Amino acid sequence: MSRPPKEVHLAAHFPGVNNTTVWSDPAAGSHIEFESFARFARTAERAKFDFLFLAEGLRLREQGGQIYDLDVMGRPDTFAVLAALSAVTERLGLAGTINSTFNEPFEVARQFATLDHLSGGRAAWNVVTSWDAFTGENFRRGGFLAEADRYTRAERFLRAAWTLFDSWRGDEILADKASGRFLTTPSPGAFAVHDDHFDIAGHFTVPRGPQGRPVIFQAGDSDSGREFAAATADAIFSRHGTLEAGQAFYADVKARLARHGRTPDSLKVLPAATFVLGDTDADAREQAAVVRRQQVSGQTAIRLLEQVWNRDLSAYDPDGSLPDIDPLVGESHIAQGRASVRMNRDPLAVAKQWRELASAKKLSIRDLMIEVSARQTFVGSPATVARVINDLVQADASDGFILVPHITPGGLDAFAETVVPLLQERGVFRTEYTGTTLRHHLGLGAAP
Amino acid sequence: MTPVLPHLAVALDGAGWHPAAWREPDARPTELFTARYWTELAREAERGFLDFVTFEDSFSLQSTQDGRVDRVRGRLDASLIAAAVAPRTTGIGLVPTVIATHTEPFHVSKAIASLDYASSGRAGYRMRISAQPHEFAHVGRREAGEVADLLDEAADHVEVVRRLWDSWEDDAEIRDAATGRFVDRDRLHHIDFAGRWFSVRGPSITPRPPQGQPPVVALAHAAPVYRLAVRAADVVLVTPRDPAHAEETVAQVRAEETGRAAPVHVFGELVVFLGATAADRLARLDELDGTPFTSDAAVFAGTPNDLVDLLTELCAAGLTGFRLRPGVLPDDLVAITRELVPRLRARGMFRRGYTERTLRDRLGLVRPASRYAQAGAE
Repeated sequence: MSRPPKEVHLAAHFPGVNNTTVWSDPAAGSHIEFESFARFARTAERAKFDFLFLAEGLRLREQGGQIYDLDVMGRPDTFAVLAALSAVTERLGLAGTINSTFNEPFEVARQFATLDHLSGGRAAWNVVTSWDAFTGENFRRGGFLAEADRYTRAERFLRAAWTLFDSWRGDEILADKASGRFLTTPSPGAFAVHDDHFDIAGHFTVPRGPQGRPVIFQAGDSDSGREFAAATADAIFSRHGTLEAGQAFYADVKARLARHGRTPDSLKVLPAATFVLGDTDADAREQAAVVRRQQVSGQTAIRLLEQVWNRDLSAYDPDGSLPDIDPLVGESHIAQGRASVRMNRDPLAVAKQWRELASAKKLSIRDLMIEVSARQTFVGSPATVARVINDLVQADASDGFILVPHITPGGLDAFAETVVPLLQERGVFRTEYTGTTLRHHLGLGAAP
Repeated sequence: MTPVLPHLAVALDGAGWHPAAWREPDARPTELFTARYWTELAREAERGFLDFVTFEDSFSLQSTQDGRVDRVRGRLDASLIAAAVAPRTTGIGLVPTVIATHTEPFHVSKAIASLDYASSGRAGYRMRISAQPHEFAHVGRREAGEVADLLDEAADHVEVVRRLWDSWEDDAEIRDAATGRFVDRDRLHHIDFAGRWFSVRGPSITPRPPQGQPPVVALAHAAPVYRLAVRAADVVLVTPRDPAHAEETVAQVRAEETGRAAPVHVFGELVVFLGATAADRLARLDELDGTPFTSDAAVFAGTPNDLVDLLTELCAAGLTGFRLRPGVLPDDLVAITRELVPRLRARGMFRRGYTERTLRDRLGLVRPASRYAQAGAE
C-alpha cells in the first residue's frame, strides 16, 4: 500500500439524444438553447471538472421508416457550441465527437486548431468513424465506407490531421513591428499526405495552438478499436463502469501501450456513468426506480422491443407480456441511425433470454425493458457514490468517469455540490485548477 | 422623399486590410489568434450600433509564393471566431465567411443555426467560392473546376443550407407527455435535394434557428455573379468605383431580381482610412509595405466628413448600405464608430441604438415561415 492514491478525473457529458435523458420531468429544460449549454458548463467548471463532452449524431434516427419521435432530439453543431462555451468558461476542457467519414482532415484540423486557440488550449476530439449509407445521405460525400475500413479511415484521418497540426511548429510568428518581420520563415505550414485514403498537400492556415494537438479520445471497444486507442488516443471513452469489467478493460488497454512505446499514464480510461443521488442510499434507490420509469415509458418500451424483434409491435400492450412471435432476422433493420442496434447480433437468443427473464420475474414488456436497459451506474447517497467512484479508480477499474446526467441542464448540480466536495476531502480530486490546458488537467505530457 | 438610412457593416480581417496595418502603433499583431482580439473588435462595432461585422476566411494561407516575411500569415476559422464572440456581445450581427466549394452544406447549416442560437438571432453568413487549384489540393477530392460551375454549385449549397433551416418547423418540439412524443414528426421534413453537384436528404439535426432564415451575404464583382448572388443571398456586396458606377451596378443587380419575394440589399464595399491625415497615413503604410495598396473595392482615404458626403451620394445612387473594410485595426474601426457614426447621426442617417431583436429585423427582412409548413405531412 505504498502507492499514493490516484487522482480521480471527472467529466460532464451533456445529456444525449436517447432515452437516458428524461424530458418529461418538470425540471427538464431546453436541449438546444445556448443558455442550457452555458449553465451546464459553468456547473462543471465550478466543480473543477476536467472537461465537458458533446456527442454528435448526423442523422435523425428512424424506426419503421419514420423519424423516431419519443426521445429528446435535435442538437446544435459541436464546433459552434464548444467555441461559444470557450467564451463563458476559463479552464474547463471542451471535448466533442467529430466524425472522420463525413469531413476532410484539412477542415477538421482548422476547426480544432482554432478551438484550441480560442479556448487557450482546452480542445479535445473524440474521433469516430461511421460507414452507414443512411447517415451518408445527408452528405455530398455519401456513405462510401466499408465497415471493415473504418479504423483504417480513422487512423489515416487522424494521422493526416496530426500532420496538419504539426505543420506549424510554434516559432513561425515573430510579429516584430520595429524590424517589420511578421514571420521567421516565408512559407510556414507546408504539409503533404499521400496514402490510400488521402492525397493532400499545401500550406495549413492555422498557426500551432497552445496544446499543439488537441487531446484525442477514442470510444472503440472491439480489438481493433482498442488497438487504435492504444496507438493514438490520450483517453478512452469506455462503456465498462463496473469493477470486474472495468478492471479487465483497463488492464487490457494499458497493456497494449508498451507495444506503441507509450507509458501507462499516457492513456486515461474514462467510462461513461449515470448516477442518481439521494439523502440516503434507500432514498436514492427509490428515486432511481422513478427515473427508470421516466426513461422507459410504455411507448418507449415497445419501440425498444421492436429494435430486437425487428418488426412492428405497436399493437402490443406495454403492460402485457412479451410477443409469442419471434424476431425477424435479416439484412434490413427496422431501426436506423443507432449504434446500439449493432449489438443485438443474435436477436433470437436475446428473445429467448428475455422470455425466460420475464417469465421468472413476472415482468411486463415495460418492466422487462426497464430491467434490461437500466443504465444507472451510481445510485446512492453522496457519501456512497464518492466512495464507490474512488474505490473503482484506486482499484484500476478506471482513471475517472464521464458523468451523464439525465436532466438538462441542472442534472449535474447535485453531484457538483455534494459528491465533488467529498472526493476533494479524500484528496483525490482537485480543489483548484493547477494549469490552463486540458492536457495539463488530464496529467498528459506535451504533444510531440 | 424620405432619406434612405444606410445600413453599416464592417469587414474584420487580420490586422486590417492594408498589408502593413500590423505595424501601426495600436495594432496587436501578437493577438490575432486569440478570442479576446476578435471580441474587442466586435464590441467596438457594437458600440457604434453597426448592423453587423463579417469575419474573412479562406482555405489558403495569405500567400506562400512571394517569399515575403513582412505580412500577416495565418488565420482562424471564421465560424468559430463568430461563435466565440457571440456570448460576449449582445447587439451586433455576426457574419462569418463560409467557403461553399469545400464544405458540407449539412455542417454549414447547423453551424450557422447554432451561431444563431448562441447569439439569440444575430447570425448570418457570407458565402464564397474557392477557385484556386492549391485550395483544391488542400482537400484533395477533385481538381479545380470552372468558376461558372463553382458559382452554380455554391448556389445549390446555399439552397441546401436554407432548406435544412426550414426542415424543422418552428413548433416541431411538442413534449407531449400523454403520447410520449418529444416531437411531432409531421413537422419534420426530408428536404430531398438532388442537384447537379450533390444530393442531401435531411432533415437537419438542429431545430430551426431563432431567425428562421439567418441572412446570407454574397460579394459579387460582375453581372453573371449578380444573378447567382441575387438567387442565393439577402445582401449583395458590390464594388462601385464611384456614384455613377454605383447607380449602374445597382440597376444591374435589380435587373436580376425578378421572381424574388423581397428586394435584396445592395451594399457598397469601401476600404477606409479615416482621419485628417489619412492620405499621409496610407502613403506611409504603402512605403512600409513597399507596394502601393490596391483593392477590388474603392479605397477612401480622408476625413469622416468627406466619407459622410460620399456615402450620401452613394445612397442616392441606390445602395442600401455599406460594408466598410478598415485599413487598420483597431484605428479605422474606432474612427468609424466614434467619428463617422456620430456625423451620420447628426444628419439623421443612422440609428442611435439597437431597437430590433434580430439581424433579420434590423435589415428589414420579415421572418418567413418554414417553406414546408404548408406542405403538411410527407
